Amino acid sequence: MQAQRLNEAGLRTDDRLERLRLFGLSSPAILLIMIILVIPVGWLFYVSFVGANGQFSLENYERMISRKSYGRIFTTTFQISFLTTGLCILIGYPLAYFMSQMPTRIANICLIAVLLPFWTSLLVRTYAWLVLLQRRGLVNEWGMSLGLWDEPIAIVHNVTGTLIGMVHIMLPFLILPVYSAMRAISDDYMKAASNLGATPRTAFWTVFFPLTLPGLFAGSLMVFILCLGFFVTPAVLGGGKVIMVSMQIVSNIELFVNWGAASALGVVLLVLTMIVLWIASRFVNLEQMTGGGR
Amino acid sequence: MLNWLRSPATDTQISHGQRLWLYVISVIIMVLLVTPTLIVIPMSFSDSQYLEFPPEVWSTRWYQSYFGSSEWMQATRTSFKVAFLTMLVATPVGVLAAYGLHASRIRFVRAAFVLMITPMMVPVVLVAIGAFYAYVQLQILYTVTGLVLAHTVLALPLVVIVTGAALKGYDMSQEEAARGLGAPRWKAFLTITLPQIRFAVVTSALLSFLTSFDEVVVAMFISGGDNPTLTRNMFNALRDQIDPTIAAISTLMIFVTTVMMVLAGLFGSQKQKPKQ
Repeated sequence: MQAQRLNEAGLRTDDRLERLRLFGLSSPAILLIMIILVIPVGWLFYVSFVGANGQFSLENYERMISRKSYGRIFTTTFQISFLTTGLCILIGYPLAYFMSQMPTRIANICLIAVLLPFWTSLLVRTYAWLVLLQRRGLVNEWGMSLGLWDEPIAIVHNVTGTLIGMVHIMLPFLILPVYSAMRAISDDYMKAASNLGATPRTAFWTVFFPLTLPGLFAGSLMVFILCLGFFVTPAVLGGGKVIMVSMQIVSNIELFVNWGAASALGVVLLVLTMIVLWIASRFVNLEQMTGGGR
Repeated sequence: MLNWLRSPATDTQISHGQRLWLYVISVIIMVLLVTPTLIVIPMSFSDSQYLEFPPEVWSTRWYQSYFGSSEWMQATRTSFKVAFLTMLVATPVGVLAAYGLHASRIRFVRAAFVLMITPMMVPVVLVAIGAFYAYVQLQILYTVTGLVLAHTVLALPLVVIVTGAALKGYDMSQEEAARGLGAPRWKAFLTITLPQIRFAVVTSALLSFLTSFDEVVVAMFISGGDNPTLTRNMFNALRDQIDPTIAAISTLMIFVTTVMMVLAGLFGSQKQKPKQ
């Protein structure tokens, strides 16, 4: 009896040790992320509270409130992010719905149309839009030859160009989670609704649409978060007229070598991102948000 | 045709005709998704500075200017080297981490998983300036080692998510059976588990490669000197003026991506992709 209890206790410690040892397998990854990401970002946090004289100060944050230009940057960032997310929902939802209604074989071909741009380099896609939208670009040439407008219109190096590029880049992040949410909905629900006398429209809005909301929510938040920190596309397609938070951070360092200002902006951006993520985590699990393909 | 339009699209009452608008806009959206990327390919063969489409005069002058430039060639070599090394580091480190998190059911697992996916969530600009600062201290700024480490951190979340999803669908009792028969844990993993999650591992490796190969913002800060990456040079060229050489490089990058996609299709079967 005594011996058996001892044995059990021994086995339990063994088990705990074994689990710790297994957990240790993830230590190289944890170590790397700590050294390259967590500690440096922590340092940025510290630097953001150091003033020009090397003492603790809130001047980097006060500047953000007192200077109008910073207010404008945050407004621009939120406007662009909201607009991009909204457009992605408007464009992506119907396509995801279409794909979910097709037989799997056709849907998989459509999926390639979504995944091809998804896998292609962001820089290449941004460049492609720059070429297409420029003054003598394809869109202007065709628009004029079709008589839609007479003179080349400015559709790049401004907000329009930025939005076009960003929506194109963000669409897959919305379509993939929405599509998988739709695929998971059993046909029987719609049949049941129809049997009970619902018109297709009623059935869609009262049965189908609510069931896709978690996926739509996950996708939209992912798009929104990515937009908040976006750099490459607005930098290239915005032509200096659209200044988002991340672009200001880069120019604070590249042009003014002002680490305090850059760090403070970075901290605010990170906090905003975490707030959105925190809200998101209350409704959907993070794995669902991040598992959308790539 | 008319009959098809009137025929029911689903078991509920709606017909294909009533849904025609959905079909039309969906096709338009798909065309808009795909063409902007693909149209760069024929344009890169245009002789004109303005990259006409369709090209009036075909030429390979932008390819010549790319292959003839030692700067571009150097950057291309760096990018391939860094991407390949990132793949070699991120895949084993990430697979081990995913396996560790999956097999040890201790309390910190949830927190550790959140830590693993932070590189995906933190705005990439912060990662870039943070790494820039750290590398000055560690004296690995502008080195291949530094780039590989930073890109590995960016690729890790993908490896952990993709491999973790595959492990969830895998029955761990098979490994226990092997261990019960006397195999040590590492041997059980290598001979029983790994072959069954190999598709996810291959997908992870290809994603790691592409993550590094396509990365711009971090490379902007920590690559340079003798080791600028291809994307860094492309981005700088884009900020100055539209250099048509970029069209040629873009075409080659699309080619690399396509090769990766085909490889993933061949070796990373559809089933093993993260389902969600």
